[in-house]
Amino acid sequence: MTDDVLRVRDVTQRFGHGAGAMTALDDVSLAVRRGETLGLVGESGSGKSTLARAILLMRRPTQGSIEFDGADVTGLRGGALRRHRRRVQMVFQDPNDSLDPRFTVARSIAEPLVAAGVGPKERNRRIADWLDRVGLPMDAARRYPHEFSGGQRQRIAIARAMAAGPEFVVLDEPTSALDVSVQAQVLNLLVQLQRETGTTYLFITHNLSVVHHIAHRVAVMHRGRVVEEGTGEQVMNAPEHPYTRKLLESMPVLYRT
Amino acid sequence: MTDATDALRVDDLSIAYGGAPPSVSGVSLRVRRGEIVGVIGESGSGKSSIALAMMGLLPDSARVTAASMEIAGAEMQGASERDWCRVRGVKASMVFQEPMSALNPCMRIGAQIAEVLRIHGKADRRQARARALEILELVQMPDAAQRLDYYPHQLSGGQRQRVVIAIAVAAGPSLLVADEPTTALDVTVQAQILELIKSLRDETGMGVLFISHDLGVIGQLCERVAVMYRGRIVETGAARRVLEDPRHPYTRALLESIPRPSVPVRSPLAVIPAVNDFAEVPPVLEEAS
Repeated sequence: MTDDVLRVRDVTQRFGHGAGAMTALDDVSLAVRRGETLGLVGESGSGKSTLARAILLMRRPTQGSIEFDGADVTGLRGGALRRHRRRVQMVFQDPNDSLDPRFTVARSIAEPLVAAGVGPKERNRRIADWLDRVGLPMDAARRYPHEFSGGQRQRIAIARAMAAGPEFVVLDEPTSALDVSVQAQVLNLLVQLQRETGTTYLFITHNLSVVHHIAHRVAVMHRGRVVEEGTGEQVMNAPEHPYTRKLLESMPVLYRT
Repeated sequence: MTDATDALRVDDLSIAYGGAPPSVSGVSLRVRRGEIVGVIGESGSGKSSIALAMMGLLPDSARVTAASMEIAGAEMQGASERDWCRVRGVKASMVFQEPMSALNPCMRIGAQIAEVLRIHGKADRRQARARALEILELVQMPDAAQRLDYYPHQLSGGQRQRVVIAIAVAAGPSLLVADEPTTALDVTVQAQILELIKSLRDETGMGVLFISHDLGVIGQLCERVAVMYRGRIVETGAARRVLEDPRHPYTRALLESIPRPSVPVRSPLAVIPAVNDFAEVPPVLEEAS
């Protein structure tokens, strides 16, 4: 039996009504294995961010269910939903989306720990630990986001997402706004943290060479559907769906196999 | 060939903002007609400053000095704003990353193309619309005749960038400066726009200075490339040679930091050290034959 942390079952998400209705997710099913990275690739409008929202229970799907550790979490509310949220975290493309400019770095990292009921002493220990693990100096704790570069801010956002020990982290284009040299550092960090903590990642990106590098398995989305799923090697070297082939042909030559 | 046939020739260009140390120094570049030359670099390397300097678009706070700066044969070093107005749009045009901020949102796209033609005396009021349609067809806009009357918001991102390119090439410039024109686009659309730039170059014989942070895009499109690091060119040469056999340590480090099929999955990517020692290695400069 495979050990799936997350199962998305037949999820459909419609927006609007009548003639103006559009289907953002069309009967999507996916499974993510514990400790692995599933890369979710697609172009603008393919539905990848809508799927991330459904997985994070930020919007209830029109149809279908989200299962965590075998339990249906789609309809969770109140305390049960809050408890569930500790297990799932998110890192955005723009680190400023998760860092309050008026909060010190320590306070930003502390927030999810407070929500998880971690006491002050343990919080401070974990903040120091996570700053160290993401490669930031200790004095970063007292400083503010604007004092850091884009790559450093993304490290802070990663520390914030990881500090409460989530089982599952959704990374939505976490390196797309970064220079390639900084992207390399952040990808290296994510791989290393996964090895250390066993956290499962859903890595959303439009960049096929990045997804091939970081993901154990890759799912390709097109117009609200998952059109292809397989290991990175399979999808990159022997794509089956015509859309995947078109994506690969569009890639600049440097990144092709 | 004489120098006058070059689309761009700039020697020893330096750019400084206010009293700060120069953000571009000692840059020499040459773009022949019909040639696509890439400038690659990371944020802050000075590549966009160069693009703006080639169009006379830097703010007054920027001090631009060069031994010479020839655009389609016109010496623009120390040129006045009036001189630049005779060059911009006619001899040299620019395409930016974000098409929506380059287009007028309340003006039909046909009228925006026609405006350029009239301003530069390429067509009178009656001919302008017909000529605008020709140019929209030249940039391979699907259903061009119908789209002439569309507003920018009715078009996709890729179509908008086609309109921006149409406006840029309308008056038949010798030089097109493109600053990250495909960075905001999906890869499939990016591939189409790169093909378009190539085919326009083939048809019009213009030279293209293509600014990008994406080595893959540069490799796909450009014949020659200049690699920028902290305001200086560290390597120039044929694009293929530079990407396959980089000789400057910075170019090598940049290439090694990119995930690509030859790198084992989830293995550590090379990290460019933050120290300044790349600048001390002499540049590798290869003039095209």
